[in-house]
This record gives sequence, C-alpha cells and structure tokens, in this order.
Amino acid sequence: MGPNFSRESVVNAVLALALLAAPLVAAALDEPFYVALASRVAILALAGVGLNLALGTGGMVSFGHAAFFGLGGYVAGVAALHAFEGSAFLAWPVEIGGSESMPVIWLAALVASGVVALAIGAVSLRTSGVYFIMITLAFAQMIYYFAVSLPTYGGEDGLSIYLRSTLPLIDSGDPLSFFLVCYALLLLALFLAQRLVDSRFGAALQCARMNPERLATLGIAPYPVKLTAFALSAMATGLAGALFAELNGFVSPAMLSWQRSGEIIVFVILGGVGRLFGPLAGAALFILLEAFVGGWTDRWQLVLGLVLLAVVLFARGGVIGLLAGRARHD
Amino acid sequence: MSAAFLLEQLLNGVQLGVMLFLMAAGLTLVFGVMGLINLAHGSLYMVGAFFCAWIAGETASFWLGLGGGFLAAAAAGALVEILVIRRLYARDHLDQVLATFALILIFSELMRWVFGDRPLYLDVPEILSGAVPLPGGGGYPAYRLAIIAVGLATAVGLYLLIAKTRLGMQIRAGESDREMIGALGVDIRTLYTAVFALGAALAGLAGGLVGALQSVQVGMGEPVLILAFVVIIIGGIGSVKGALVGAVLVGVTDTLGRVFLPQLFGLFLPPSEATSVGASLAAMAIYLLMAGVLAFRPKGLFPVDA
Repeated sequence: MGPNFSRESVVNAVLALALLAAPLVAAALDEPFYVALASRVAILALAGVGLNLALGTGGMVSFGHAAFFGLGGYVAGVAALHAFEGSAFLAWPVEIGGSESMPVIWLAALVASGVVALAIGAVSLRTSGVYFIMITLAFAQMIYYFAVSLPTYGGEDGLSIYLRSTLPLIDSGDPLSFFLVCYALLLLALFLAQRLVDSRFGAALQCARMNPERLATLGIAPYPVKLTAFALSAMATGLAGALFAELNGFVSPAMLSWQRSGEIIVFVILGGVGRLFGPLAGAALFILLEAFVGGWTDRWQLVLGLVLLAVVLFARGGVIGLLAGRARHD
Repeated sequence: MSAAFLLEQLLNGVQLGVMLFLMAAGLTLVFGVMGLINLAHGSLYMVGAFFCAWIAGETASFWLGLGGGFLAAAAAGALVEILVIRRLYARDHLDQVLATFALILIFSELMRWVFGDRPLYLDVPEILSGAVPLPGGGGYPAYRLAIIAVGLATAVGLYLLIAKTRLGMQIRAGESDREMIGALGVDIRTLYTAVFALGAALAGLAGGLVGALQSVQVGMGEPVLILAFVVIIIGGIGSVKGALVGAVLVGVTDTLGRVFLPQLFGLFLPPSEATSVGASLAAMAIYLLMAGVLAFRPKGLFPVDA
C-alpha cells in the first residue's frame, strides 16, 4: 500500500468502522443478539484472515482449516472443563491443569494449532495442487473423527463451557466488551498480516506461490517458507476457534467438520482472495445473509449455494473486487 | 478369535473397499480426463440412493430402483456437467472446489425439498436376503457378497471399456493430450459429458447398493466422498487401477482397524482405556496410511504422468 489513499483502503476503513459501529448501536438499543452477531463476524473474519495468508498470499488451497478452528475451540473447552473440575489435563511429565484465564487459553490455542499445522503441513506440502486440497481435507477429517471418538471430552456431543474465561480489567461476560476484545484481536491480526505480506518473508511467500522454481534459484527453498506460513495461518484460525467456543459457550466436532472448512474458504473467496480485508467483507456478507435469508426461508443453504455459484462463475474478485476494483500490484 | 471371524471381517473390508472403488473410479476418471476436482461427486451418490429408494418403494422392486438410481445419477451428472461443470475446466482448482461445494449445498437442499427431511429406507432384495455359509463355520450375508461381485464386475467392465473400446481410446487420448484429440475431430465436449455422466452413474450405483445397508439421507455422500479422496490420493489421482488397489487397501485397513485395534490395546491396557484408545486410533488409521504412502510416494502408488 502506498502513502496515497487508494480506493481499497477507503473501502477497508469503511468496513472496519461499520463493524465497530454496528454493535455499539445495537448495545445502545439493548439488542444483545446483534452484538453477538457482530462478534461472530469478527471471529469468523479472524479465521478467514488466517486462511487468507495460506490461500491468498501463499497459494496453498487448504480445505482443512476447520481442523485448526476446532482445535482452538477444543483448547478453550478442555481448559474450561479442567478448571471447572479442578482436574489435570496432563499429569506427567509436567502437571498441566485447566485455566480460566483468556490470555493463557489464547496462548495454548496458538501453540496447539501451530504445532498440529507443522505436522499436517510437513506431510501435505510435499504435494501440491489438487493433492494438497484433498490431503488437507483428509487430515481435518481425521481430527474430526478423533474428536468424535474421544469420550473424555464429550465425543459427538461436544463440551459446554459454563463460565466464559476471564481477562484482567475487562468483564469478558459482557457482550459488548467481548465483542471489543474480538474486534481488537481482528485488527491486530490484520495489521500483522499486512506487515507480514510487506516483509521479506512475505515477498518470498508470494514468489513461492507464483514461481517456486525462481525462488529456489534465488537460494530460498520454498518448502520451509510455505510451511512457516501454513503454521502462522493455522495459528490465527486456531485463535479464532478459541474465541468462537467462548462466544457460544460450547464446542463440538461440528467446529471441525469439512463444511466449516468450506465456509472459511467461502469467507475468503466471497470477500476477494488475497485482499487484506477480504475475509472481513466475506464473513460479514455470509453472516448477514445467513441471519436474514435464514429468517426468511428454510432453504437458506440453497440460496447460499446459488449465490456462491454465481460469484465463482461470473463475479471473480469478490466483494472487495466489486467495491475497490482489481488488486493493484504496486 | 477364529479364522471364520477373520474371514468375515476381511470380507467386510473388501465390501467397503469395493463401494469406495465405485466412488473413486468416477472421481479419478473425471480428474484424469478433464483435470477437474469434483466435490459434488458425493451428491451424485446421494441422488442415486434417493432415487433407488424412492423407485423401489413405489414399484416394490429393488432392481427397478437400482436401475433408476443409476440412470438418475447419470442424468443429474450430465445436466450438471452441461450447466455448470464445463465452465470450470479452464479454471483453477480453487474455483472448481468452490463451485462444486456450492453444488453440494444446492443438491442437498433440493433432495430435502423433493423427498422431505426424513430418511428413506430400502430393503435388501428377497433373493439376496439369506446368508452364504463360510468355510470354517458361520455365514456371510449374500447381499454383501453380491456388492463385492458387482464392484469387481464393474472394475473389469471399466478396464475393458477403457482398454478395448473406441470410447476408452478417446478417454485415454483425452488424458494424455486434450488439444490434440480435439484437433483430430473428436467432439471433446460430448466426450467430457459422457465421462462425467459415467462417473456419476457409478456413484449412483454405489449409492443405491449402500441404500439397503444404511438409511438414505441428506449428507450421506460427503463422508464417502472424503474416503474416496483418501483412496485416490493413495492410488494416484487419475489411475483407475490405483483407485481399485487404494479402495481395497482403505476398506480393509479401516474395517480391520476398528475390530482389532481395541483388542490389541486390550493386551496391555485396562479394558475401558483400550477401547477408547483403540477406537480413536482406528478412526485415524486410514489417514495415517495415507500419510505413510505419501511420505514415500508423493504422487500415490500408481502415479499418472500429467
């Protein structure tokens, strides 16, 4: 982004302000449903920002990001369960109990999704193209079935989080405060994503997408660059998962399902692939459609399917592309 | 544990594998010839199952139902190919994934609309409702044996179709050089529609056959679709032979894992833990198999040179 204000940065600013203003107004009108809806948008946009790094910048079409989203959710759920029971998650070699402190849970979600992404990425990135899509999907499905067959943590029924975990100085139980926390994390992630894309690492990553041979010729192996980006991408999505579980007070294998992976891709595409604020635009449009079309007809999935098909076939570039024109390469 | 029990479980594994082959064959053909990744393949399986159960319910004939499901899936496949899929061949895989993901949503809602929210049930045909005695005692359901026979016959038929017929020659030519076969005067658009409809019909056949073993409902296609993905990743995308080997490998690994892993852990863990650990590991077994194969052969067991 240059110093002059492009049309895209105006669109981005309007989107960010609209997401901030909507719940403030809703809270003033005492409409907690819409505050929660805005939190949903912020959280799912954060998940999308994560995927956008792998998919948009790095060209890695992961159809398995629900694995990290759900993993983050399970970290929140499991931490709450053990804190509630006063039992230990791990007794040996070091004792790890539950936690009801949000920053601790966030850290754990980041670490867990990062480590799992390194393992999944290490195998999946040996392949590319359509293999990569199917393998990430298959690994996510593996984690899904693992969660289903885990009776300790609710199996198919999932886990309830009875008390939302706490933050120092902030009342996380208050819907508006919780929204503001999610919103701040989203902005932080957007800022970091932009810094990353503009960095040397970001340049290498984009080159790994467009021309891996050239990158290799320049003396940079594409594999570790992509693997690092994949793990970072998963960490953002995992953090979003932890917030999502806290928002709903519930985590279940549905958070790990392949439909969820598809939805996160849809946020990114609907908004515009590789555009910084694309996931926010996409998630907002998705949630608004779901809330309003879903209230109007039971056949909301049919509407979504047709909209999505139309976007893919006829309106490439997504919402941001529509509002701000084609991506600028400056 | 007797030899008869082992044989029974092996047959269960092969039966699952044969079902997966019917799904995977269509996926791998469509990818091999048109370079398309089709997530909606599971929806065509569902269409086949629904039409099979509905027609069988109306006419009281399983065989009419099976034929109807086969044809309905082929017709749905041809229709979708003409309306949507053919616009995607020139697009990247991401667009294909999204458009076919959209098709899943559309198909699922349409099936719910037409057939209602309740699952349909399909009875095993009378003639196959018995059991066939196994050597070493016990019996095995004739219907499941028939599924294995149908699957193997399909594999042979597909081999003959691809290796010996004019259509098969065009399919093979399409796999190696799309532009050239078009330039030689083959109507490539019709060929693509035919290949897609063939894959859809096989999926519909699988759906109809499975419909008598489990309930027919919306969402039944996707778990099978993902297993079929694992199959063609292991076998090598584009290879029909790979699909057959991969399918049987996945079917047997999954079935035997679910039966024997809990018992294996029972040897050194207390029973409740053994069941839980064994079941979790069994759920992951085929994915670990896939990862293992990829670690040594990133393009699958029977790689196809694109």
